[in-house]
Amino acid sequence: MKITLFVPCFVDALYPQVAIAVVRILERLGHTLEVAEDLNCCGQPAFNSGCWAEARPVAGRVLDRLRAAETVLVPSGSCGAMLRCFYPALFAGTPREAEARALAGRVFEFAEFLVDRLGVSDLGARFPHRVTYHDGCHSLREMHIQAAPRRLLAHVRDLELVEMKQVVCCGFGGTFAVKFPMISTAMGEVKLAEAQAAGAEYLVSCDSSCLMHVQGLIDRQGLRLKTIHLVEVLATS
Amino acid sequence: MTSPAAAFKQHARTLTRDLRHRHRIQTALGKYEVKRDEMKARFQDWEGARQAAAAIKSEAIHHLDRYLEEFAARLEARGAKVHWAPHAEAARQIILGICRDRGARTIVKSKAMTAEEIHLNDTLEQAGFAVVESDLGEFIVQLRGEPPYHIVFPAMHLTRGEIRELFARELGDAPSDSPEELTMVARRVLRRKYLEADVGITGANFAIAETGMISVTENEGNARLTAALPRTMITLVGIEKVLPRLADLALFLPLLATAGAGQLLSGYNTLYGGPRQPGEPDGPEEFHVVLLDNQRSTILADSEQRDALHCIRCGACLNVCPIFRHVGGQTYGTTYPGPIGAVITPHLRGLRAWQHLPFASSLCGACTEACPVKIDLHHHLLQHRRNARTQRPIWWEKLAFRLFVGVVNRPALWRLSLALGRLGQKVHGLVRGTRLDPAYAWTQTREMPRLAPQSFKQWWRQRSANRAGRDSAEGRGPVGP
Repeated sequence: MKITLFVPCFVDALYPQVAIAVVRILERLGHTLEVAEDLNCCGQPAFNSGCWAEARPVAGRVLDRLRAAETVLVPSGSCGAMLRCFYPALFAGTPREAEARALAGRVFEFAEFLVDRLGVSDLGARFPHRVTYHDGCHSLREMHIQAAPRRLLAHVRDLELVEMKQVVCCGFGGTFAVKFPMISTAMGEVKLAEAQAAGAEYLVSCDSSCLMHVQGLIDRQGLRLKTIHLVEVLATS
Repeated sequence: MTSPAAAFKQHARTLTRDLRHRHRIQTALGKYEVKRDEMKARFQDWEGARQAAAAIKSEAIHHLDRYLEEFAARLEARGAKVHWAPHAEAARQIILGICRDRGARTIVKSKAMTAEEIHLNDTLEQAGFAVVESDLGEFIVQLRGEPPYHIVFPAMHLTRGEIRELFARELGDAPSDSPEELTMVARRVLRRKYLEADVGITGANFAIAETGMISVTENEGNARLTAALPRTMITLVGIEKVLPRLADLALFLPLLATAGAGQLLSGYNTLYGGPRQPGEPDGPEEFHVVLLDNQRSTILADSEQRDALHCIRCGACLNVCPIFRHVGGQTYGTTYPGPIGAVITPHLRGLRAWQHLPFASSLCGACTEACPVKIDLHHHLLQHRRNARTQRPIWWEKLAFRLFVGVVNRPALWRLSLALGRLGQKVHGLVRGTRLDPAYAWTQTREMPRLAPQSFKQWWRQRSANRAGRDSAEGRGPVGP
């Protein structure tokens, strides 16, 4: 299987270790990866801001570049949702609609790809901590990823998975976080309280963007809770 | 006058910081979720029920002309008078006219969001009528002179102590803060009002086309008294409330009770079919139904968002919405708060002045998941955002995104901007978290993430180069021609 890795802009710049872990895991499983080196962004910031005319050139370039890709892997539920669920809306009624729909069927988030496509759920990882899993809203409600990450965590040695009481947004929401910082912050505080009430040492997610928001609050408030991307947990040994 | 957007932000800033408010609403709605899930589990197939309900609503709104006429004809055949109100002012004048014709002095009202929507109480009071809300929660917020906090739980933001103080101040009677005793106080006041009232005004949960009947759901019995005791009954109904068949209630009544309040069925579900018929001992002598459009046709004309007319006003989307939970219902400054309010208010009151509501969302989609009639709520927020920016682009935002596009679409510029960003990050510490900080909206409450010394793509290129170097040094390079 030919896998093309799409590394979103903020993962490239802020969390390279996430994409590096993806490369290491897939190579360990014997796959060869191609990185879409010239792609940086999926266009979601402009799209979510209502600026669809500005989002289309970015998304159009992604369509061009990934036209021949067999399987597109995105280590971010949010950007994955953009490619899979929102490109068809963005290009609806334009000549590129069919292309956008065709790409949608070839896009996968990392956890679902491992479990649902490769049939892998045990990577031999070891992470001796109590963790809770945060469902990024785009992963959960646009891409319908719920079981796969939990299944992967269940196979990590010495890891204790505890669930939070509420399934609730972390409050990031892209530009929402800076347009309505007071609401975004309050939502993040509820998320933190949930994770702490569950007794978690680590908040794990498939979305670095959620983790960026939560970690920003943790650092400001000086809490002991830590955040880590699922892929980084899986890359441990 | 402050704009709706400025008022929203100002109130949001206050309430998001109010930890007592946060705790109270989280706790109340947390309990609701538990009860709702218990009741959902008693459906054989909750998802199937939602699907069926959405299909019935879709059928109803796609044939609204036919079903409304059928509804009106059957109701009028039993002596009711049906009025068609294209907009709020028409509805107000119709109702005012009826009250004047009856020579009414006192009017008793049961809960009706449509009445809030057209500001009916203000109109009636300005015309000299005394209007009393008979739903306990509505009665409480009326005494406080404020709009309902929630479309189903109007006074959920208040504690028992606050209600006791209110009753002591306004009614001179508040023996304790026990809910039972406070309810008895309200009951004593309200019982007198039912008997005095000349006109009773109700809303409607459903309008049944097949039989020409109004279906009203409640838990206190106040709507029954409001409808039955005064000599004249007026029901104000949004045109989207029509259901084709009586049998549809078998699905919609439990669906509404479950999604709205975590009940299997609400306390009272009553069907009203017209005024008192010959030989009947009770019921109103006159029965008026006012069918309200008030921009609902505009929603119907919007092929993307037409399903917003599925709404049965259960409030499920408010209950699960993290935005609603933090800013509270009154912050919206609209009749309908929460996700459904953010979707329909721009239609009802104009996108230009109300576009901040679709933007005030993390687009988490909890609302869409909770909606019992499958309204695609959070995606409609995205469409509103697009429509708002298409109608009136913001020049600096457009410019900023064009710059962003220019950078992310050119790998060399992307690398350059990362390098500049790393430099900028070094000096950012000087202003971080202060008003001079360009990232203040973020850094006021959160730390900034740090740019990695080496980006992923740098790592990837370096590794590829190293491997190529190693391969050629070991003579394992690609086989040439």
